[in-house]
Amino acid sequence: MAPVSLKKLVKRYGALEVVHGIDLEVKDREFIALVGPSGCGKSTTLRMIAGLEEVSGGTIEIGDNVVNDLPPRARNISMVFQSYALYPHMTVGENMGFSLKIAGRPADEIKEKVADAAAILDLSHLLERRPSQLSGGQRQRVAMGRAIVRRPDVFLFDEPLSNLDAKLRTQVRTEIKKLHARMQATMIYVTHDQVEAMTLSDRIVIMRDGHIEQIGTPEEVFNRPLTKFVAGFIGSPPMNMDDVTVDDGKLVFATGATLPIPPKFRQSLTTGQKVTFGLRPDDLYPSGHGLNSGDAEAVAELDLPVSITEPLGNETLVFVGFNGRDWVSRMLNPRPLPSGMNIKMSFDLSQAHLFDLTTGKSLAA
Amino acid sequence: MKLSRLSAPALLLFPAFLVLAAVVVVPLALSFYSSFTPFRLTKPESLYVFIGLRNYFTVFSSWDFWVAFGRTVLFLTIALNAEMLLGLGLALLVSKAVHGQRLLRTMMMFPMMFSPVLVGFQFKFLFNDNIGLINNGLQSLGLTDQAIPWLINGNLALFSITVAEVWSSTSVFAILILAGLLAMPRDPIEAAHVDGCTPLQTFRYVTWPYLMPFAFIAMTIRSLDVARAYDIVKIMTDGGPAKRTELLWTLVGRTAYGDARMGLANAMAYFAIVLSILFTVYFFRKLAAARQQIGAEW
Ligand SMILES: Nc1ncnc2c1ncn2[C@@H]1O[C@H](COP(=O)(O)OP(=O)(O)O)[C@@H](O)[C@H]1O
Ligand SMILES: [Mg+2]
Repeated sequence: MAPVSLKKLVKRYGALEVVHGIDLEVKDREFIALVGPSGCGKSTTLRMIAGLEEVSGGTIEIGDNVVNDLPPRARNISMVFQSYALYPHMTVGENMGFSLKIAGRPADEIKEKVADAAAILDLSHLLERRPSQLSGGQRQRVAMGRAIVRRPDVFLFDEPLSNLDAKLRTQVRTEIKKLHARMQATMIYVTHDQVEAMTLSDRIVIMRDGHIEQIGTPEEVFNRPLTKFVAGFIGSPPMNMDDVTVDDGKLVFATGATLPIPPKFRQSLTTGQKVTFGLRPDDLYPSGHGLNSGDAEAVAELDLPVSITEPLGNETLVFVGFNGRDWVSRMLNPRPLPSGMNIKMSFDLSQAHLFDLTTGKSLAA
Repeated sequence: MKLSRLSAPALLLFPAFLVLAAVVVVPLALSFYSSFTPFRLTKPESLYVFIGLRNYFTVFSSWDFWVAFGRTVLFLTIALNAEMLLGLGLALLVSKAVHGQRLLRTMMMFPMMFSPVLVGFQFKFLFNDNIGLINNGLQSLGLTDQAIPWLINGNLALFSITVAEVWSSTSVFAILILAGLLAMPRDPIEAAHVDGCTPLQTFRYVTWPYLMPFAFIAMTIRSLDVARAYDIVKIMTDGGPAKRTELLWTLVGRTAYGDARMGLANAMAYFAIVLSILFTVYFFRKLAAARQQIGAEW
């Protein structure tokens, strides 16, 4: 059990710097997700924590120790790889017990611990098989079993679900969450899938181009994104965003469409200022079919044409034409809407986001 | 004409069959047959005298033959093991090279580019007791003041031949094992590091099981090469001194061309071939087992 602390962590490959001095404090027993688009440096960061990649600058602490120069074996960590990285010549049981065998534990202890882990992961009937005789989902569970058998201080996951099909992915996701509750260990989880990050973690670290954009609970990064990037990355379907110019109490879009300035920004905006306006699909809905945020004052209504609809059963995603393109809205208690029909749409501006056009920083205080 | 009644594919393949028959099948059959005759090159008519298995009995009851046989097995065991260890070491070193790996890989293949005859001459010169580089070097370094009789003392001569053979064939192992190293996935190695392995343990438990099939491929190839032990020995010592380095194939060669006893020589040769095939089958089995072990998909 240990906290993990990254201080000004830098990674360079030759002249190319891919991680630019990131700071992160992971609390003991916390589940942290590193999320961001492909190539933003998540794996590199995780691999530096694991000791598989040399640190070019800054420090990594696990517990009270600076581990920069310790080999992976001295860090008391486990890692689950995207490719599972099972030992092909060992049986499932041998794979899972390997770390204990290396640590010189007696055979009956190994057997017992492997049996325990196998029971947790529903692998008991597969212990004699080889990895090549297992399905993807089973291999994945073996990889997790190998990680939990040794009860490490810190678990590291590098996109462990990305080779599984969608259904299995949700299943294993739940298992990982249960595992965290059971193991009471610090877990750092890398993924490019924001849904995984949101559902699993205590806090989310959103990375972009080797920087950290925001660290926060799922609720924080969803409701109070600090940057336009975070706002666009978190949430599905993504936030509707467009650039606007402030003009006399109104936000004017490129096509001339206007919306009132959201109440909480009325004091701070000046005429002529250019900002990015953002509204989540949840806060744009056919009138009468949305969440009631309670602030009726802040709702603006416009008649907009429906372009297409995506029924999901309990709700329907309605794409409406606004400012020259389709904006996504979420319709609760749905009813069928024919394409091309004009409907009254509610913009819940109390939930709107505004970002500085050049820096992309949120204008919310 | 009869030929034209054959189907087109058979007709088209016919020349190839003809050539194969002329250069492979006929000589093979003829040599096999001759191992049942007292055929001597100097007495062509002896080819038509059938003596059954007498040549084989002669071979099996010949002390010289069994000594050469034992020496061959010893020689191969030492040479193959040394080649494997050195090849493994070389491959590991080259795989670690960050710069110039291509160049190193090419250089590693140099010994394979030389004819074994040339290698024989080269090492014969190196090991020469008077003018050889090795004695010269040892003496200059002050390690000895004597001329060590590398090719004259029986044991030393066998050692010298082994060195030459190892030098010329280590690259077979090195290249195949390097291929295995380069094809090997990185992840299980990293997993082993995380699982607590020292570099040595990683090699022992993860890397080596993965490389084993490649080592066995090299072994299989080399076991087919048993016959090639001929050239280097022929040049360096010609089985001498006093037959102390006589191997199966120099013995066969001497019997066939020196004593002109073709029939007897062929009997020995066929015995040696069977031996070689047995080795190959053995290593092939090992290879299949090792492949299955790592769940190889090739
Ligand atoms: N061994 C390497 N040499 C050079 N560049 C690398 C190496 N490994 C990764 N990179 C670069 O570092 C950046 C971050 O990679 P990575 O951490 O794998 O991203 P991801 O967030 O998708 O896991 C990428 O731009 C990648 O091209
Ligand atoms: Mg990655």
